[in-house]
Amino acid sequence: MRYLTDRKRAEGKGASHSGTEHFWYMKVSAFGLALIVPMFLYVLGGAIGGSHAEVLATFSQPGPAILTGLVLVVGLQHFQKGALVMLEDYSHGSMRRVLIMLLVAMIYGLTATGLYALAKIAL
Amino acid sequence: MVQLTLPKNSRMTTGKTWPKPEGASNLRKFQIYRWSPDDGKNPQLDTYYVDMDTCGPMILDALIKIKSEIDPTLSFRRSCREGICGSCAMNIDGINTLACIYGMDEIKGDVRIYPLPHTEVVRDLIPDLTHFYAQHASIMPWLETKTNRPAKEWKQSIEDREKLDGLYECVMCASCSTSCPSYWWNGDKYLGPAALLHAYRWIIDSRDEATGARLDELEDPFKLYRCHTIMNCTKTCPKGLNPAKAIAQIKKMMLERVV
Ligand code: SF4
Ligand code: FES
Repeated sequence: MRYLTDRKRAEGKGASHSGTEHFWYMKVSAFGLALIVPMFLYVLGGAIGGSHAEVLATFSQPGPAILTGLVLVVGLQHFQKGALVMLEDYSHGSMRRVLIMLLVAMIYGLTATGLYALAKIAL
Repeated sequence: MVQLTLPKNSRMTTGKTWPKPEGASNLRKFQIYRWSPDDGKNPQLDTYYVDMDTCGPMILDALIKIKSEIDPTLSFRRSCREGICGSCAMNIDGINTLACIYGMDEIKGDVRIYPLPHTEVVRDLIPDLTHFYAQHASIMPWLETKTNRPAKEWKQSIEDREKLDGLYECVMCASCSTSCPSYWWNGDKYLGPAALLHAYRWIIDSRDEATGARLDELEDPFKLYRCHTIMNCTKTCPKGLNPAKAIAQIKKMMLERVV
């Protein structure tokens, strides 16, 4: 039992003066993804059905390789920031912090793995 | 924290069925949430029958009739009975609205009435709005000025006054905030649509000189950015206001400060 006034409870710890950057990043990355994901799917669709060597040849060209890298990095960052909001919505306290750390680790892990695979194919 | 099931002591039980009024032929069935802090029991759904031939057209008319003729213990808030005081907000037929301006003819079949969702209940249909009001107070719902007070009045052009339309009419009924999933899960920190609509009402007021400070106080992942544009607020507002648009305008102003 704590004797806090209603106003003190409502004010909490005040405003963190952040959030706008996240909001803006989500808008910009969503716009970017709306452009590059269809292009990536077009390239990927063209490669489907080809032999292993043909697929490698497609993705080792500069255009498709750069596009794949972009989709990977921008897509995963967009996913990370979106999933962060979900975790903030539905989990609380220490659990929230642990889940956020796991999420960030997973996204960096996926990004590094994807870029390594791409480098192997393209370089 | 998200709760997908009701806590044990909030689970509904079947309540009492009150006798039908004698000699009435045009009856309507009402199922109403009842809970008292005094008896330690779970909430229950009581059934009442109201004679429509001797009842006014609004849900509040039926509630008043039940209270005065059938069950004087039924508790609910009301005052103006014309959608101005905002006190009779409740969940009627699955919609958060004002009982005094919600017509019985808008509902097909039985009428189900619950308190505003995800609020602590004081008794029956009365929610505890303490935190909701404190959040409203926290956005400084008054004119803040720094310039010396003018001799006569703070002037405002007709165009600038028009910007307050669709905002000043809010009656603080809490229908919007309590319809918002974000407010359900994080209402301790998220200000909710009603407080944010009021915040915008003062931000956009041409006479107010604390615009920057007001925006500063709102810039927070929880206070403001917990709004995910779900739009339940706008859909449910019994006064036809658009809190979602007001929140979007605040976000736009935040962006204008940085981009
Ligand atoms: S915006 Fe509408 S629903 Fe929300 S508190 Fe004001 S009048 Fe009620
Ligand atoms: S009684 Fe005042 S708004 Fe319904």
